[in-house]
Amino acid sequence: MRVSRFSWLLGLCAASAAIAGPASVHPPAKLNVEIGYLGRDYPNPLPISLLEPVVTDQGLQGARVGISDNLATGRFLGQSYHLDEKITARDGDIIADAKQLLEKTQLVVADLTPEDLLRVADLPEAKNAIIINARASNDELRGKDCRRNVFHVAPSWSMRADALAQYLAWKRWKSWFLLRGNAKEDIEYAEAMKRAAKKFGGKIVEERTIIFDPGNRNSETGHQQIQTQIPMRTQNPPPHDIVVVADTQDTFGEYLMWRTSLPKPIAGTQGLVSVAWGPLYEEYGGIQLQKRFRAKIKRPMTERDYMAWLAVRVFGEAVTRSGKADIAGWRTYILSPQFGVAGFKGQAMSFRPWDRQLRQPILLTGPRSLVSTSPQEGFLHPKYLTDTLGVDAPETTCKLPG
Amino acid sequence: MAKTTTRLFVASLMLGTAPSAFADKIFVSNERDNTVTVVDSDTLKVVKSIKTGKRPRGLVITPDYKEVIVCIGDDNRLDVIDTEKLEVMKSYPASGPDPELLAVNHKGDRLYVANEDDGLVTVMDRATGNAITQIPVGVEPEGMAVSPDDSLVVNTSEQTSMAHIIDAKSNQVLANLLVDTRPREATFTRDGGEVWVSAEVGGTVAIIDTKKFEIKQKLSFEVPGVRPELMQPIGIRFTLDGKLAFIALGPANRVAVVNTATRKIENYILVGQRPWHLALKPDGKKLYVANGMTNDVTVIDIASLKAEKSVPVGRLPWGVVVKPEAK
Repeated sequence: MRVSRFSWLLGLCAASAAIAGPASVHPPAKLNVEIGYLGRDYPNPLPISLLEPVVTDQGLQGARVGISDNLATGRFLGQSYHLDEKITARDGDIIADAKQLLEKTQLVVADLTPEDLLRVADLPEAKNAIIINARASNDELRGKDCRRNVFHVAPSWSMRADALAQYLAWKRWKSWFLLRGNAKEDIEYAEAMKRAAKKFGGKIVEERTIIFDPGNRNSETGHQQIQTQIPMRTQNPPPHDIVVVADTQDTFGEYLMWRTSLPKPIAGTQGLVSVAWGPLYEEYGGIQLQKRFRAKIKRPMTERDYMAWLAVRVFGEAVTRSGKADIAGWRTYILSPQFGVAGFKGQAMSFRPWDRQLRQPILLTGPRSLVSTSPQEGFLHPKYLTDTLGVDAPETTCKLPG
Repeated sequence: MAKTTTRLFVASLMLGTAPSAFADKIFVSNERDNTVTVVDSDTLKVVKSIKTGKRPRGLVITPDYKEVIVCIGDDNRLDVIDTEKLEVMKSYPASGPDPELLAVNHKGDRLYVANEDDGLVTVMDRATGNAITQIPVGVEPEGMAVSPDDSLVVNTSEQTSMAHIIDAKSNQVLANLLVDTRPREATFTRDGGEVWVSAEVGGTVAIIDTKKFEIKQKLSFEVPGVRPELMQPIGIRFTLDGKLAFIALGPANRVAVVNTATRKIENYILVGQRPWHLALKPDGKKLYVANGMTNDVTVIDIASLKAEKSVPVGRLPWGVVVKPEAK
């Protein structure tokens, strides 16, 4: 435990009288909270158009805005927050960087792939840390690869797939033509869609793998290639209502719209997407966060920004409301029924005790408008409607030591 | 008195279509339509739909009942409606950016505006519409209330989850109290001894002692068959005698009735969908509830605690105030 690394100034300043009261928890007085941000410079998929700005600081900027939101509450309570940022180079040593960061703080926002995340989480130095996964949707991280010290604010592939499947069930679009790429994440998402089909009464009429090397995107008459290629790749499918696409690397999914051999809508990783956040989402006060983010960062807030923001806010809530000043106290509070973080989704969001996944509504959004949010009306659950999305307690393969 | 009444009666007959001069006027802001709907309290018919700026939300009626002042969030100003002419007569751009809710003091000379985007409370002189000062508070300020003796102002900040208690003389923040997540409205009790603060996402109402600046108690809400996360308290209003509090519960589609002495929730009244803000009829006999999703106002009879009627207004009704008869 590296709690001693926090500067306790207890006693220098008593908790403000305003805070005291029988109905309120005493937040710790004067506390400097260091939050670590660990990322890596992973290769980005090529943009669809070379004119599209390439954003290289997704996630990190969300965490920074999260810190300023935490500070806004903290300044009234004598708590300050600081973000310790560590971005490992593409071929750099994540372990060395993680160890350095864990020396300073045991509260870590992880913007990492599943492989890197597990290597960090399994370090002896991270044994008692609280690591929040703000990037990876991989289901095994919530299943057989779950860890006691890893929490997830990123929705899993299963949650995303279930959110979409519920909407398709509501629309009665029951036959799906599944197209997937060949990346590991594409296969994971496609598998999640297959489970979702079983769960919510969809039928995958055909699964087709599309290997489409986008090549050099900047070529004259490039669109003509695509215009002829996509109908060929999608021809002769069985009858279906919708094309479901799993193309996490953005190689062909965007090109499906208006180009498939049959005139069908597109949903999945492109078209109608299921996400935790989108740059145009404005409901439940979401516009406030969007405006704050844009004013500060000068670009739209992406899903990865939101997830990192939310991770930092989880730490802020734990510090502010637990009345505790140590990692164990915060962990207990985060896992308690009292915990709830607000994330502009119209409800308090909490962690599932069986796999430490944050339960949350999922947005279904088109390129320019919010289409729906899941869970959909009519999908019931005895405890939390949001637990109809993803892996519920009876099905979990996560075994956490008590 | 009898004479005056007769004269008014004749006047209204002569006007023909004019609504009864003795009815109250209910003003409802419609966030989606950029209008304020005026409803006659006797006939419950829409008298007029007044065009405002973009995104009208919080509104107040001045103590002299001459003006209804509306926060116009997307145009960064307040619109001032003349309650006789039923028109926007002027606008106050000095409200600061993105005003969401406002309060007027009981003397009627000060306006307090929550600027949602900027973490500020703007204090305005009502006579001139000029800003006097801006007070920094938490992130996303929303609820605004002034104590009955005009000495204290309370603001809530949604993202910071705090109630900020401000001294109205010095415009200094006296205390910051952590309440539950996403506090929305603050309302003083009739005697001013408490201020009640609703926390939308936290699902509670904090009762704050206005002498000690302490949270005395928190109310939470429970209805069998309704999921707990839907219990999202927003608007709060007290009866004239202060014995009951009404709390709108947003997506739970209900208004809770709280006994202020025992703090027990005595009733949940089913209203339209997503009730937000509330107003009491000046004679204390009815409660009007703005229902965002069903585009209507529910009328609750206070003696029987029954929802009597719903009145269609504009789209996304947000706030409601009432002008008493013959004022």
